[in-house]
Amino acid sequence: MSQAAQPATEAFLALKLDSSEILPLFENANNWQERYRQIMLLGKTLPKLGEEFRIEQAQVRGCESNAWLYHQKIDNKHYFLADSDARIVKGLVALLLAACHGKSSEEIANFDIEGYFDQLGLTGQLSPSRTNGLFALAKAIKASA
Amino acid sequence: MDFTQLRAQFPTLEQTLEGYPLCYLDTAATSQKPKRVLDAMVQYYEKDNANVHRAAHQLSSRATSQYEAVRDTLRRFINAERREEVIFTHGTTEAINMVAYGLTTQIKKGDLILIDTAAHHANIVPWQQLAQRTGAIVKPIPLTEDCRLDETAYDTLLRDKPAIVALSHVSNALGTLNPVSSLIARAKQAGALTLVDGAQAIAHLAVDVRSIDCDFYVFSAHKMYGPTGLGVLYGRYEILDTLAPLISGGEMIKSVSFEATEFNILPNRLEAGTPPIAEVIGLGEAIAFIDELPSVETARQESELICYLQSQLEQLGDITLYGAHKDNIGAVAFNLAGEHHQDVGILLDQQGIAVRCGHHCAMPLMQSLQIKGCCRASVGVYTSKDDIDNFITALTSVKELLL
Repeated sequence: MSQAAQPATEAFLALKLDSSEILPLFENANNWQERYRQIMLLGKTLPKLGEEFRIEQAQVRGCESNAWLYHQKIDNKHYFLADSDARIVKGLVALLLAACHGKSSEEIANFDIEGYFDQLGLTGQLSPSRTNGLFALAKAIKASA
Repeated sequence: MDFTQLRAQFPTLEQTLEGYPLCYLDTAATSQKPKRVLDAMVQYYEKDNANVHRAAHQLSSRATSQYEAVRDTLRRFINAERREEVIFTHGTTEAINMVAYGLTTQIKKGDLILIDTAAHHANIVPWQQLAQRTGAIVKPIPLTEDCRLDETAYDTLLRDKPAIVALSHVSNALGTLNPVSSLIARAKQAGALTLVDGAQAIAHLAVDVRSIDCDFYVFSAHKMYGPTGLGVLYGRYEILDTLAPLISGGEMIKSVSFEATEFNILPNRLEAGTPPIAEVIGLGEAIAFIDELPSVETARQESELICYLQSQLEQLGDITLYGAHKDNIGAVAFNLAGEHHQDVGILLDQQGIAVRCGHHCAMPLMQSLQIKGCCRASVGVYTSKDDIDNFITALTSVKELLL
């Protein structure tokens, strides 16, 4: 991913996402409505990328909605910023970032994305044939780390 | 045949997803297949599997006669004049490509090609490619505000004497019906060659190519309860015979030497290579299935379902319908308030509802509607009023979650 413009380093560091806080929210969700409500709430924690960053070079292919991904390596840890114009997709993206944001290359390489989504009760969302592009995004994250 | 019996012929429909009964409202993308179509294909592979037109043995002879019998069935089904006017292709897309490529030497620089704004990419891109090869000009026929083909604009465009007019019989994304007979008659008066994309029409309407009087009519087997990977190119013999073959090789030749090749006559000239034999046999069975449906009743039931679907969506509120007319065929396109179509699709899928969400391979249409995409619910002969009710219930929960 070569990008013309990059959000500032502070913006990457300002994003706080932690999967250990997120997982219980899903474990306590007792139906799909509650799960997706949590996904959308989580999506809102991702900052909206400004128009100058919603550009083609940052776009992740394979999404029916538009999704943009930025990556920066700071002190040997990987930081991400991402956005989507669809709310659930944005929430799913946040879930993905929660597991990878601020992690080392090794941690990201060892991260079992499929297992993670299964654990969240979202089996099937992460598949190469889905138009939500989550699979493409996961691949892009793994590749950048 | 009552409705329960009819529906029971479709094994795919008897399943649950996420604990919900599958509610398949994506027939416009591909229809489900009745068991008899699947059985016919298995029977061919188990009993008659051999290549067609070649060998001297009995299996090949059985395969060939089944394969060629479906050509006769199709001739009758669409009322073509001659069996040689029915060409098997890999689908609607390939059929349009065959026409657009086959006309290359007949089209000159500056020639005008008119296409339908509501067309899907398969009826746009091959014409753009033809224009690139020849210097012809592709122009879209505008739509009216209610998403119908703008007939006044069409008549104005016809004054420029287009070489080709390519229309959809029924719009892929919206389900709007074009009055093709009248549109084709006017195109012919202007001296144009005419092609009708019937992919979305063939399973819902009785198609009579001679009464439509088009030069080409194309459709896919998989949208008419038949298998995937197979389509039909109908062409008026005199015109079809002038097409340069897009694919050359085996089967389509009369004689080959290293100096020169002489092509075969129609239909073989346009059917190079081993065709999808099992699929053709499956299509024959799909037509037998359609033939046994009481057509008037089926059409009435489908049209009632579409109207019911439209009115239920309207009643739900916060819904924008696109090109929804009482005479829509098979499909209704909509968006939920300002929500992204993909969010709606994901949440419907969570409840076992299969609809299409996206640009429906009709990006120019989406641009003209000034939307990124939309959701489309489409029906087939197996769709029940319960399916529509389940869909509306599911969409109500989507609305509660999103709005």
